[in-house]
Amino acid sequence: MSGVIRAAMPHLIVAPVLLPMLCAGVMIVLPEHRRPLKLIIGGASTLLGVVMSVALLRWVDAYGPATYLVGNWPVPFGIALAVDRLAATMLLLTWTLGGAALLFGSSRWHRAGVHFPALFQLQLMGLSGAFLTADIFNLFVFFEILLAASYGLLLHGSGESRVRASVRYVAVNILASSIFLIGVSTIYGVTGTLNMAELAARLAGPGVANRHLVDAGAALLAVAFLIKAAAWPLNFWLAPAYRAATPPAAAIFAVLTKVGVYALVRLWNLMFAGQPLAGFGGSGLFVFGLATALLAAFGMLASHRFAAQVAWGVVVSAGTLVAALGTREELALGGALFYLVPSAVASCAAFLLADLVDRWETGATAVEEAPFLNARLEEASDVNLDEEEAPLVGRPIPASTALLGFAYLACALLIAGFPPLPTFLGKAAMIAAAVRPAAAGRGGGTRAAIFAAVILACGLIALIALTRTGIRTFWSGGRRQPPTVRVAEAVPILALLGLCGLLTIAAGPTMGLAQTAARSLRGRRDYVEAVLRSNVTAAPAPTQRLREAPR
Amino acid sequence: MEVVLALAIGVLTSAGVWLVLRPRTFQLVIGLSLLSYAVNLFVFSIGGLAIDKEPIVVDGVVPNLTNYTDPVPQALVLTAIVIGFAMTALLLVVTLASRGVTGTDHVDGSES
Repeated sequence: MSGVIRAAMPHLIVAPVLLPMLCAGVMIVLPEHRRPLKLIIGGASTLLGVVMSVALLRWVDAYGPATYLVGNWPVPFGIALAVDRLAATMLLLTWTLGGAALLFGSSRWHRAGVHFPALFQLQLMGLSGAFLTADIFNLFVFFEILLAASYGLLLHGSGESRVRASVRYVAVNILASSIFLIGVSTIYGVTGTLNMAELAARLAGPGVANRHLVDAGAALLAVAFLIKAAAWPLNFWLAPAYRAATPPAAAIFAVLTKVGVYALVRLWNLMFAGQPLAGFGGSGLFVFGLATALLAAFGMLASHRFAAQVAWGVVVSAGTLVAALGTREELALGGALFYLVPSAVASCAAFLLADLVDRWETGATAVEEAPFLNARLEEASDVNLDEEEAPLVGRPIPASTALLGFAYLACALLIAGFPPLPTFLGKAAMIAAAVRPAAAGRGGGTRAAIFAAVILACGLIALIALTRTGIRTFWSGGRRQPPTVRVAEAVPILALLGLCGLLTIAAGPTMGLAQTAARSLRGRRDYVEAVLRSNVTAAPAPTQRLREAPR
Repeated sequence: MEVVLALAIGVLTSAGVWLVLRPRTFQLVIGLSLLSYAVNLFVFSIGGLAIDKEPIVVDGVVPNLTNYTDPVPQALVLTAIVIGFAMTALLLVVTLASRGVTGTDHVDGSES
């Protein structure tokens, strides 16, 4: 462990929230024509975010969960931020995908509207905060921050389809936030705490008064999280919105559904891991997760555009994760955590690739000539085109058709979950874990069979749908010029696919990390103790403290 | 007082749900506003209803919930109100844009 990380702790924990906030503030003040400077600031911030996430992951892997007390308030009163393996992994995932999407967006999409880099940083800030917080009301606040940024990103580029999709997206998410608030306040009303660790400790104790009210509150929270995670029947807003969003925005949205899953994993394991109500709501999660995955797979089959299929693919993976959570097996949780990473990376790469495929299909060979398309492949008349009329700087990569074809193949196999790719390994781990109790004679054979059948069927349907689109795009279009791809567009896609390749090679250690994370989540003692025992830093000199509300 | 508050929350919620299920964007905005009022009242009431009690500790009075009202729900509701306002304003902008772009105030962007 390097001394730098040691010196930076525990302030490193709050840095992934503060850094993008600062950068976004600077960017908003800068005038709109300073776009290159804004992109440089955004790029530097994102790069630093990746470095910080790696440092945090290394720290928690060596020393266990770490906490940061915001404003130096003692634990049950103030807001605590906590980082464990799961949170650090999610941070790394977010910032990596953020970097890839930003690089891709820097090619041309950032000019389709105003404040793109600033909104992007705020999106990263909201996501980081949601993964780091150890307070359920603070989780609500960070959810709102990331949602507000996502509304802006979804509307980036304007156009009819984006506005139409936004109405439903915003309305559904405001509704979900109301449900979230009811759940949070119900839980506070019964238990008298908002701190997740304190909540876990109180619920683990014997004789919690009005336990059924806690369960009702938890169920309401779960509904809110499941709306974010796009679980059926609350997911019809997702596909139109993600399909309509500009590609870099859609690429970062690939993490948004995972936030719902993350929140569910975090709270469920803290609140209901022990006695007396082990696995509360497990059957519901199982059924709804499988229904989500299966129906979304049919959604893939029914759509013709690659971007739409990827959007449904995001829902399939969310459903798979929710169902795996519903099996209540520790090993399935580990498999799900492993599956979460490559599935998000693959969706991100696929959303970026979809832009190149769309541009190619419309026949635009020069990058600058390509119209800012709306989701129906029509040239939108009301987008903000570049006022600088920047000259054509794209360097045509030789064999760009091969690049597109290879990337498409890799994305399709990753989304479908084909061996030996990491998405397949994750699915295999989940299915193996679901089958285990039946094999050990503990029953649940039908459940395991249904789980395995649905997950595998989803993979097959996804493969059929993506193959069909691939044949139409790459094999039946001989009349077209080879596509022009910029370096800034090719690099992020290849880097993300390379990351999936790395996960395939390093599957053993990564799966080990995922299983350790799942074990400590189920055990929850590390996390709870780290939060409850975090000490207030002593003031340098006795000063008159200002009296203010704790939040 | 509890009954009045509970009734108010109930009426606001039911009116909000009814309006959210209507097809016009204006009804949607008003419905979501009513729902957020209901939620805010609910959050406010969750610390228990008290009259003539302040949330800030005064010297010489034992700091417990018999002498004071719970300050946390008040802080929460303040945050929730601010966020709710911001989100409603944003929704209003989006619905206006939708009306301008699609030429209809249907939530789906088309009458059929």
